[in-house]
Amino acid sequence: MSTPLLEVKNLKVEFPTRRGLLTAVDDISLTIAPGEVLGVVGESGAGKSLTGAAIIGLLEPPGRIASGEILLNGRRIDNLPFEEMRKIRGREIGAIFQDPLTSLNPLYTIGRQITETILTHLDVSPEEARKRAIDLLNEVGIPAAERRIDHYPHQFSGGMRQRVVISLALAAQPKLIIADEPTTALDVSIQAQIITLIKKLCREQGTAVMLVTHDMGVIAETADRVAVMYAGRIAEIGPVAEVIHNPQHPYTVGLMGAIPNVGDTSERLTQIDGSMPRLNAIPTGCAFNPRCTRKSEVQGQRCTTERPSLMPAGKTQAACWLHAQKN
Amino acid sequence: MNDTIKRALDSDLWYSFKRHPLVITAAILSLICIFGALLAPIIAPHNPFDLKTLNLLDAFTPPAWTENGKLTYVLGTDDQGRDVLSTIMYGSRVSLLVGICAVALSMVIGITLGLISGYMGGAVDAFIMRVADIQLSFPAILIALLIDGVARVIIGKDGHDQVAIYVLIFAIAASGWVQYARTVRGSTLVERNKEYVQAARVIGRKPLIIMFSHVLPNVMGPVLVLATLHVGSAIITEATLSFLGVGVPPTQPSLGTLIRIGNDFLFSGEWWITVFPGLMLIVLVLSINIIGDWLRDALNPKLR
Amino acid sequence: MSNVLLEVRDVAREFDVSKPWLNRVIERQPRTILKAVDGVSFTINRGETLSLVGESGCGKSTIARVVCGLYAPSRGSVIFDGVDMAKASTSEQQQLRKRFQMIFQDPYASLNPRWRVGRIIAEPIVAHGLMSDQNEIRKKVDQLLLQVGLSPQDQEKFPHEFSGGQRQRISIARALSSNPEFLVCDEPTSALDVSVQAQILNLMKDLQREFGLTYLFISHNLAVVSHISTRVGVMYLGRLVEIADTKRIFQQPLHPYTQMLQSAIPDLKMTGKQRTPVAGEVPNPLNPPSGCTFHPRCPHANDRCKAEAPKMIEHPLGGAVACHAVEEKRIVPIKLAA
Repeated sequence: MSTPLLEVKNLKVEFPTRRGLLTAVDDISLTIAPGEVLGVVGESGAGKSLTGAAIIGLLEPPGRIASGEILLNGRRIDNLPFEEMRKIRGREIGAIFQDPLTSLNPLYTIGRQITETILTHLDVSPEEARKRAIDLLNEVGIPAAERRIDHYPHQFSGGMRQRVVISLALAAQPKLIIADEPTTALDVSIQAQIITLIKKLCREQGTAVMLVTHDMGVIAETADRVAVMYAGRIAEIGPVAEVIHNPQHPYTVGLMGAIPNVGDTSERLTQIDGSMPRLNAIPTGCAFNPRCTRKSEVQGQRCTTERPSLMPAGKTQAACWLHAQKN
Repeated sequence: MNDTIKRALDSDLWYSFKRHPLVITAAILSLICIFGALLAPIIAPHNPFDLKTLNLLDAFTPPAWTENGKLTYVLGTDDQGRDVLSTIMYGSRVSLLVGICAVALSMVIGITLGLISGYMGGAVDAFIMRVADIQLSFPAILIALLIDGVARVIIGKDGHDQVAIYVLIFAIAASGWVQYARTVRGSTLVERNKEYVQAARVIGRKPLIIMFSHVLPNVMGPVLVLATLHVGSAIITEATLSFLGVGVPPTQPSLGTLIRIGNDFLFSGEWWITVFPGLMLIVLVLSINIIGDWLRDALNPKLR
Repeated sequence: MSNVLLEVRDVAREFDVSKPWLNRVIERQPRTILKAVDGVSFTINRGETLSLVGESGCGKSTIARVVCGLYAPSRGSVIFDGVDMAKASTSEQQQLRKRFQMIFQDPYASLNPRWRVGRIIAEPIVAHGLMSDQNEIRKKVDQLLLQVGLSPQDQEKFPHEFSGGQRQRISIARALSSNPEFLVCDEPTSALDVSVQAQILNLMKDLQREFGLTYLFISHNLAVVSHISTRVGVMYLGRLVEIADTKRIFQQPLHPYTQMLQSAIPDLKMTGKQRTPVAGEVPNPLNPPSGCTFHPRCPHANDRCKAEAPKMIEHPLGGAVACHAVEEKRIVPIKLAA
């Protein structure tokens, strides 16, 4: 693999609360190569959105990065002062959030918002910026961009608004985009349009994407590699086809079986009993061990006492002691 | 029961309370005021309304720490030789009684009308809210004066003294219900569309049951905040009315009456007769308001 | 006893979304009427699951609420077990009410946060006066909690002590407490994570088998619908456009909109495949297109589609479709690989 665009090393995100310290993201390491789409999938509370927020420096207080490093093109960005980080956001890392309505300022025309972003980060004249904004809107598929550039966000429908948000994220030609549930608020038919758009843009501009979502279907269609998160940790990471067709971690296996499929005539879905532990009660050892059906296959009490780190498993990497035995 | 206490001590509210020294001070001060008022007949050094114990020779005794002060009258005495400290304690009884009862009465009226208005909507809602608007366009004092005046005419001067306190409560409550009705209506409009209310409707519960057992407990938060702040302003209104001479009779003085009586002597040098009841009023209302403000912030999830 | 449990006959529901009277008079604007549901008919047989699918704003949730009596229909009638709900007397309605219940979408909003779980679940029992003895009620609630996979100790807890999936179980227990025959489920799993969704869907299937329940299932997720339903109705802008057996709908979709929805389902099996993005978005329901409301997005639309609204017509392959192109055989049924 070439040198990574983004490298996250042992990232740990903590929330001090009055009932003690909650570790929402626990010792996560991952890399994204230039032009690559990395999917981050997990259920609510798995820490996937926080990982994204930590990378662009938008953790809501009192959340904070407790340890670990985030490197963008080899430069540490997790300890930068606010002003420096602000320059990186938008210029080098773009962001797309779930709700297109809240990511746009309702009081300004979309043209003003896009040109402002361009002017802040790129050295161009206002006329040029406006021209670029129109080009961007054309690129993301907004019809009659010359006219619509002077409209306000509420004059756009949900799908169109998400397109505007995407053009805003792309405005300063960042190398990396963090997309946090970009399609969740949209209808299925619009979802397909937006996914196709994100894929096309990344291919054309060589932008890398970290796609955070709970929807395995979206990941399957968009991502090159996928990281499956569980209780703040990465359970499995690997090429998307491998993780979906040949999952190695028992959690991933259960997760894949739980997704209903059209044409699947089986009477019952595979289910993982129990629920994800709350952050204040994460079990020792492997966080998944109380729900794991294959715990007994591992010798001794290893699953309940010792936390597994990612280890090679098939063509992916899984944090599971089952794979330690084979090696 | 034990369980309830444990839950209360573990709650966010208690946690927030412990972290605000100002609020703790205010709570202690208001507790002192309330206990002082409640237990006045037991702990007050004198009974200012027992004519037999009054001695006119003791009139206008200044506070104990001044030159002519006597230790028996810590805060001095008034023109009739009554102990100022004791009159304050008895006076706060009347003030607190009027304040709390008036708030309770306006809460009952306001919550009921607000619930009905918000839940029923349509013409009922429009009618209640227009009445509220009209009510709001009269100053509270004016309404109170009006009701008091009408009561005096109907009942006559002698009867009036006995029922003055109830008239006062009613007058203050009548001007206060609008705020509760509006707050409750607003929250009810939000709660009404929540799925638990729809669930109750599908189950087949009657509107009144839904309003009072489902919606009401969920709209009480802002109402409690409002009520706390309203106790303070009701006490002030009562004091104002009594100061103007339309409140409780001088035989049953409230803090407002005491301030008015003392006011006559302010310029002849007997400052303590009016200043101490005034200070008491400020301390009481201020601490109640501090608690109310804190409650509002503590119950607001956005500010937590 | 007829096999049909519920019949919805030409139901329409309009909402007045006009500005307040004074604003209307000053701005000289007419009333604005939103036709959320416009002439929908279907039947549900005993023991089956009929699903209604469609994108947001298609009126599927409105139908659910009309069936449950939360909204009165502006036109048409809902007939439950042979009784027209609108014409039934109050006591008859009360009798009917305990025979159907509803499960809501948001497990965080559908349980009263100030009530204990035991009281929440017992509410239908109390409301209909099914039991009066407190011990008996407690026992019944214990049994219900066990049935939905929770423990009897949970009676004393408050809803906020549970996760989303557990709350949805409480919601189901409440719905079952009056021993209903018919459950209206409005997106019961769309607020849940996939693994929890699987638990709830399995539970719902188990309960259906055990108690012979009939479901009206509302969802926007075609994969979930294909898993749980016997029959499927597809809705678009307040109208039913196609209704048929699950197998037929998913293997041989006829209406262009059904076909479009199908192609938009993310397919896990074919990693890396291109979705065929469908052009256009759902039009504003306040100002729906003329004729067939789908015509601006439809590749088969012609002048007739723009002028005349199609009627539901039985199709030889089974079910019924409202589409001129299908009726005129301009659309050849395609068979999708299952």
